Parts: sequence; C-alpha cells; structure tokens
Amino acid sequence: MASDLSGNVNPTLIKAFVKSTKNVFNTMVGIEIELGKPDIKIDPTPSYDVSGIVGFSGDVAGSVVVSFCNDTAVSLVESFCGEKLRSDSEDFVDAIGELCNMIAGNAKKEFGLTANIGIPTVIIGHNHTVARLRDVPCITIPCSCTAGHFAVEINIKQVIFAAV
Amino acid sequence: MKVLLVDDSRTMRNIWKKVITTINNSEAVEAGDGLEGLKAVKEQGPFHLMLVDWNMPNMDGLTMVKKVRETNKTTPIIMVTTEAEKPRIIEAIKAGVNNYVVKPFTPETLLEKIDETLKKVPQPA
Repeated sequence: MASDLSGNVNPTLIKAFVKSTKNVFNTMVGIEIELGKPDIKIDPTPSYDVSGIVGFSGDVAGSVVVSFCNDTAVSLVESFCGEKLRSDSEDFVDAIGELCNMIAGNAKKEFGLTANIGIPTVIIGHNHTVARLRDVPCITIPCSCTAGHFAVEINIKQVIFAAV
Repeated sequence: MKVLLVDDSRTMRNIWKKVITTINNSEAVEAGDGLEGLKAVKEQGPFHLMLVDWNMPNMDGLTMVKKVRETNKTTPIIMVTTEAEKPRIIEAIKAGVNNYVVKPFTPETLLEKIDETLKKVPQPA
C-alpha cells in the first residue's frame, strides 16, 4: 500500500522487531514463527482481537502493538505458561503483556539508541483502536505459526533533538 | 535455599519458580514490585538469592537493588530483564547486582547463571 509517509520508516527499527519476534517465540514459547512481508497499515484498528501494547520513550517515540487472533493467543499462552488459560483471566493478560514486553525490550537493544520501554498494556475486544503517531506510518508484519496468526504493528520514530 | 523472586509478571515468576524448584531444598518467596520486594527482605529474610526484574511499577528493580545494598552487601542478586544494552548492564552491576540474565532466556541459561552466581558468592549458614 503506497503512502507519502513511507520515506519516514527507519529500516533498522523494523528489522529489530523481526529479529526480536522470532527470538522471543523461539526461546520462550518453543515455536518457530514465519514472518510475512511488512506493509503500511492505515486502519487504526489492530489486526486481531487480543493486543499487547508497549510504548517507547527517549531517543525513540511511539509504540508497538502485538495483535493476536484470540485462538492463537490462547494456544501461544498455553505453550508459554505450561497451562491452558481463559482469555478473560488475569494470568492470560499478564502472559500476553510479558510476551510483548520481551519483544519490545529485545528489539530495543538492536536500535543502537538510548530508549526506554513502558509497562505493557493489554486490550482484548473486537474493533478496539490504538492511538498512533501521525508523522510516521504504522508498519505491520504479518506472522504465522502452528498456533495460528498474529501481527506485529510498529509505529515508532527516532526522535531528533535540536541542538541548543 | 530461600529465593526471593521479584517481577510484576506472575507468568515470569512462575517460570522462574519452575527453574528454582529443580534445585534441591529450595523455597521461593514472590513479590510483584520493588516495594513488595523490600518488604519481603525485611519480613521474610534472610534470602540466599534474589532474582529481580528491572521494569516494574511502584518501584523498579534497580532502585530496589540499591536500597537492599544499603544494608546488605552479601546476598547474591541476579537481575533478569529485557534491558540488554551495555550501559544498563554496567549501571546494574554498579548498583550491586552480581549477575545478569537478559529476557528471553531458556530455563537452562537461568539455571547456569544461578549456579555460577552461587559459586562466586559466599552463602549464609
């Protein structure tokens, strides 16, 4: 999908999330992830119904959303925690938040910048929306595995500080 | 061995606990943030080992470690965190952390780091 904002995308930041997503699921969940071609996402609604959101600050601003199909999330959380959890339980929300926290934190180390991540937030429900930075596009990376589908939606930019 | 586990994620504490229980005669005490961690140190200590996350609400792990080290220089502390940049690791070591594990990790890695840490640090009776 074409966009006049596409030139603002920093490939280093996107590549960091590709590497991080594979690493987190492989190490903590024991599942190999297939990542599709990144694309620009205009719709503010995350791709699926279970979304973990982590904000960035410091040299990087914005957020990453890891959005799961409900059944995929339930299956991945079962592999991660070693027990089946209902998607309306506190432990399920905690597990999704922790997976997103690790994806964001692991990507951050690849940025080569001084960035901080916030405490993860999890939203579950149909058609929820996530506020985004307007001056950079949201890049979505479709992901699939034996548990089903999810997407990593990256809306971040490097902050340029003006010289004083 | 009495181990304090400090992480705001119950999922992560459960993963740590599974690793800890593979060590003979181990007992885990859990805390959900740095404040709860300090309370546990005061009320349920002494501990033989502490595993502490960095990013937590109310009080982060780095602050907790600094406060623990004001009165306790000996109990081994391992920071288990997503903070993987070199300056952060140096900051944690300066604060008094004995070892460092970056999330994500395998149970084997965590167990190795625990073993390595306990061998280096003299244990209380």
